[in-house]
Amino acid sequence: MSSVEGNRTNLPTNGKQRPASRRQPRHAGWGQGFLLPLLAIFTALVLGGLLILVTDLEVIAAFTRIPRQVADPFTNADTQISLEEALWHHPPEVSMGDLVEVDGTAKRVVAQVEDEQEQISLETARELYPQLGPGVTIHLNFLQKPAVGLRAAWQSVSRTYAALFEGAIGNPSRMAAVVRAWLQGDPSLLPQAFYPIMESLVVATPYILVGLAVALSFRAGLFNIGAEGQYFIGGLSCVFVGYSLKGLPIYIHLPLTLLAGVIGGGLWGAIPGLLKALTGAHEVINTIMMNYIAFALSDWLLNGPMQRPGGFTPVSPEIQPSAMLPSLFPSPIRFHAGFFLALACAAAVYWLLFKTTVGFELRSVGANPHAARYAGMSLTRNFVLAMFLSGGLAGLAAANEISGLTHYMPNAFSAGYGFDSIALALLGKSHPVGVVLASLLFGILRAGATRMQSVASIPIDIISILQATIIIFVAAPEIIRMIYRLPKGKKAGPAKASTAAEAAAEAAAEAGAESVE
Amino acid sequence: MTVTKQAAVLDRQALQRSRVMGILFIVIGAAIYLLFATTSEPGQTATFGLNPGRQTAALPISDLVLPVLPSLYAMSLAAVVLGTWQLAKGFGRAEGAMLGLVALFLTIGFLAWAARGKGLNLVGILETTLQRATPIALAALSGLLCERSGIVNIAIEGMMLTAALVSALVGSISHSLWVGLIASLIASGLLGALLAVLSIRFKVNQVIAGTAINILAIGGTSFISAKFLSTFQELNSPGKFPNLPVPVLSKIPLLGPIFFETNIIVYMMLGLLVLIHVLLYYTPWGLRTRAIGERPRAADTLGVNVFAMRYLNVILGGMVAGLGGAFLVLGSVPRFDELMTAGKGFIGLAALIFGSYNPFGAFGASLIFGFTDTFQAKLQILRVPIPSQFMRMAPYLITMIVLAGVVGRAEPPAAEGQVYEKQ
Repeated sequence: MSSVEGNRTNLPTNGKQRPASRRQPRHAGWGQGFLLPLLAIFTALVLGGLLILVTDLEVIAAFTRIPRQVADPFTNADTQISLEEALWHHPPEVSMGDLVEVDGTAKRVVAQVEDEQEQISLETARELYPQLGPGVTIHLNFLQKPAVGLRAAWQSVSRTYAALFEGAIGNPSRMAAVVRAWLQGDPSLLPQAFYPIMESLVVATPYILVGLAVALSFRAGLFNIGAEGQYFIGGLSCVFVGYSLKGLPIYIHLPLTLLAGVIGGGLWGAIPGLLKALTGAHEVINTIMMNYIAFALSDWLLNGPMQRPGGFTPVSPEIQPSAMLPSLFPSPIRFHAGFFLALACAAAVYWLLFKTTVGFELRSVGANPHAARYAGMSLTRNFVLAMFLSGGLAGLAAANEISGLTHYMPNAFSAGYGFDSIALALLGKSHPVGVVLASLLFGILRAGATRMQSVASIPIDIISILQATIIIFVAAPEIIRMIYRLPKGKKAGPAKASTAAEAAAEAAAEAGAESVE
Repeated sequence: MTVTKQAAVLDRQALQRSRVMGILFIVIGAAIYLLFATTSEPGQTATFGLNPGRQTAALPISDLVLPVLPSLYAMSLAAVVLGTWQLAKGFGRAEGAMLGLVALFLTIGFLAWAARGKGLNLVGILETTLQRATPIALAALSGLLCERSGIVNIAIEGMMLTAALVSALVGSISHSLWVGLIASLIASGLLGALLAVLSIRFKVNQVIAGTAINILAIGGTSFISAKFLSTFQELNSPGKFPNLPVPVLSKIPLLGPIFFETNIIVYMMLGLLVLIHVLLYYTPWGLRTRAIGERPRAADTLGVNVFAMRYLNVILGGMVAGLGGAFLVLGSVPRFDELMTAGKGFIGLAALIFGSYNPFGAFGASLIFGFTDTFQAKLQILRVPIPSQFMRMAPYLITMIVLAGVVGRAEPPAAEGQVYEKQ
């Protein structure tokens, strides 16, 4: 690589050439920064649609076993003739009911098949199976009747994605009608019509917080796979404070409850952080181990000391009303103030990361631990702080859910937030704004998937498949570029730090094998 | 740091570790006394049944009757003595073996205490231990193959789960266990290929790629299970591999029923242990594999095809993980349940690290994990007052303790997790 430094002959260099140390890497530009994730989501939806098609038994049947009953309208071949045959004999103006002359006899034209969807003419059937008689049911496949298969495929996909849309956002015409009614003085139908979109926001709320948790840890160069365990422990501590402290006013009890969740999750996250800082143990395995320990602990607590008295189900007692987040709309809408709390946390994380020295230290440690150490930043303090904050956010997610939504803690508490949060942090490029947008997307997908499951009987696990596909596409943008023939960024070579996570992760991988001194 | 200073630091660390070890021995000895001996009554005995409760070709031998209190006193004393020796003089190289011995004391003490006044079928426990350890050991071997060549394989869990589903599905459709097994190996091999392509060709961070594959596998298997297996039960009954007694060796009284009277996949696992050990340490392929894990640049300049070897190793690793997944279905409960791996892939990785990245160490660690897994089910039966959930935590706690380097730091391959690029 030519550079000013490499110029040993002291000849004047081209003034426009900058030294290698100051050449800026040119990324593919902002356009691709938004385009690639959008294309990733779109491609994932397409692949998801294909999967739905391939596993839909009706669609498979529409492609391989189309039943048709062989119709023979003739009751008397001497006096009746099919339209096709009549046309063949006497083109072109023959129609139903006409009398035509064929081979000396007059025959009446009768309809071939009455119902295209159910019947097939004897002649067409005899082309396939020469020995066939009328009344039998034969099965066709895609090659003979492509339209049936395609129509079934289209119906399946559109029904599924329509269910997804309706479950996630709602029926637009219904919503408009209800708004009109409301403006005319009847607000009673508003909750039902707006339930889907409100539900999407409700579902998105914990995603925002766990996504922020993992994004924060990525920024510090750590992989926090333990969001699930921190969620559980945060939930346990929050619900304990919620149901055991009685007689406190809401403006004391509620913050205390939420704070309990933060501290519980934070401590649970700080432990792997401390181990990483002191012993260099890789936080991926440690956080995963802490997950399972948290599951076992919560199992024991909810079946034992923290079990709701009077029942045999592993649930905790309900929290006091003074610990509940206010619900802002009448039932059945479950939207609660926790959503705004989550947005406030996103703003707080943004402020922390980009506007404070603490955040600057965290990001430096994430970008290059060795340089940060050289600059005098304490890796121990930053690792522990990052994991504490990360775990605290995950714990707050649980506290939010308990305080605003469920009001108690069941044993099978989480909907798999641990892995989803990684997808969120990646998709949002570890930036709070991105994480909020990605969480809204995931909230929409998940809320819609519930309806997809009930209406179109697609198991809700399709969401995980979509998420995994999105992660793969976002983490390896080259695949999307290959599929859609997009131009590469100016900086060719490895997809270097196309997400802050990858840069952080590479640094973390290098630092992970060594002990931190 | 100068060389002497580095050496001084290492010495200090080693000294610190031996001190910690010594204190640990004494603590274990004290624990045996305080926890177990003080709560046992004199004159109690624990009867360890040494014959399996089922039909077996092994020669019967009489049960082992252990007087509880004397044994506990003896082992506690021995542990304390060893600890003091360790603190005073240090065992040097035998440190690890002494740790194993003290851990054995703790285990025997625990068993004796749990079974005091009653009986306990020791062979049954050890048999189940091996059964529970098999998928963990296979996961650890899979991790070994991948990590030794420099690729972190977080996706073992997903590969095992996929293989379990495929083995159940294909085994039921084809009514043949072997076809199901081979299909599951192909499926997990494909996932391994996906991991390889993502990490090597597209240079995705390996942890992210592994996590994505895990999510994909969990979603995919639950999807197919919910859509097809619940309505069509006949797709979820592949059958189980029968017990195959080895002709002569199964007659050995204690070891026979455990090691030589199980199903084919356990034998394959044991064979793979030996095979991988031999291949890794005594063949050129093994040398090259270890080289690309430590210093891929150097291996590349010597002509080793780093990319091809990594592809091969990761795909093989995927297949070994698939064998573990198939065992969960075809070798134990012959049906697929959603999320049935329950973290065994990650425990396998932990076992690998625990066992210092070599096959037999990983197998030993897997046995420990299998033992705790077995025992937490038996706790209920023995009416031991420890809640079973705490026993469930034990493998994970042990892993974390091991990872923290209390029992010796396991060095991962130096180039692990790093993207390799040709220049």
